[in-house]
Amino acid sequence: MKTAVILLPGLNRDRDMIAAIKKVSGQEPVTVWQTDTDIPDVDLIVVPGGFSYGDYLRCGAIAARMPFMKALKAKADKGVHVMGVCNGFQILLEAGLLPGALMRNASLKFVCKEVELEVVNAKTAFTSAYTKDQIIRCPVAHHDGNYFADAKTLKALQDGDQIAFRYANGTNPNGSIDDIAGIINKKGNVLGMMPHPENLIESAHGGTDGRGLFESALNIAAA
Amino acid sequence: MIKARVIVTLKNGVLDPQGKAIEGALTALSFDGVDQVRQGKVFDVVIDHDNKKKAQADINAMCEKLLANTVIEDFAVELV
Repeated sequence: MKTAVILLPGLNRDRDMIAAIKKVSGQEPVTVWQTDTDIPDVDLIVVPGGFSYGDYLRCGAIAARMPFMKALKAKADKGVHVMGVCNGFQILLEAGLLPGALMRNASLKFVCKEVELEVVNAKTAFTSAYTKDQIIRCPVAHHDGNYFADAKTLKALQDGDQIAFRYANGTNPNGSIDDIAGIINKKGNVLGMMPHPENLIESAHGGTDGRGLFESALNIAAA
Repeated sequence: MIKARVIVTLKNGVLDPQGKAIEGALTALSFDGVDQVRQGKVFDVVIDHDNKKKAQADINAMCEKLLANTVIEDFAVELV
């Protein structure tokens, strides 16, 4: 699996993401700097987590307007798979690649803990290594993960099976509408999620529940 | 020079936990009669020409493209 990881000033989960991709796929991802106008031919583009541009204006707002985004959008339109985690999810929403918005946590507190996720749709390219309704553990670390979409958008997400993950068993850490933790676009090639699967991929992390995401993505290259 | 003030507010129906916290703090300060507080943002933009029509159109476009997230926010522009 050939992967590109986008780098922006203020991200801090990029190294974890690169390590996870390398460990699961066996291949070193290429990195793309925010001002690059070209993204190499890859199977998967990942926008990692952190605090790009210090969360100025709105989380992900400035990053989503940087030059790399034009190339990323063109690739996504062509069907290349894109995954945004945490700040990466915020960036993909700000860029309009996914519907809705992420707002300040309902508690107003930064949450850094482990939650439980329900795999709502196990038929996506990012979740096929899981089974539907499976409950997995996953860490979260964010201040603005409170997913919001208007009633029409929410219904479209529900009816279109576009909710990939929900917070399970009362572990919703941020007030997200319908307990949404991760969504996928209509075409099925762009996923955004707040939790950090890259931080639970080997026994040293205390579990491997996040590994399935990367193992699922391996099939993108094979397909 | 044209000075513009852009006011960005959350749309009705969008939950505003920060506004709620401020509302609670005002009550804690013993201000009575506060029914609701909604938090917003103000941007003062200075334009380097005097064409009001162009400035208005440009600032509207700036709001649509960057200053507001129209999924959750409304904006208003005042030229001064």
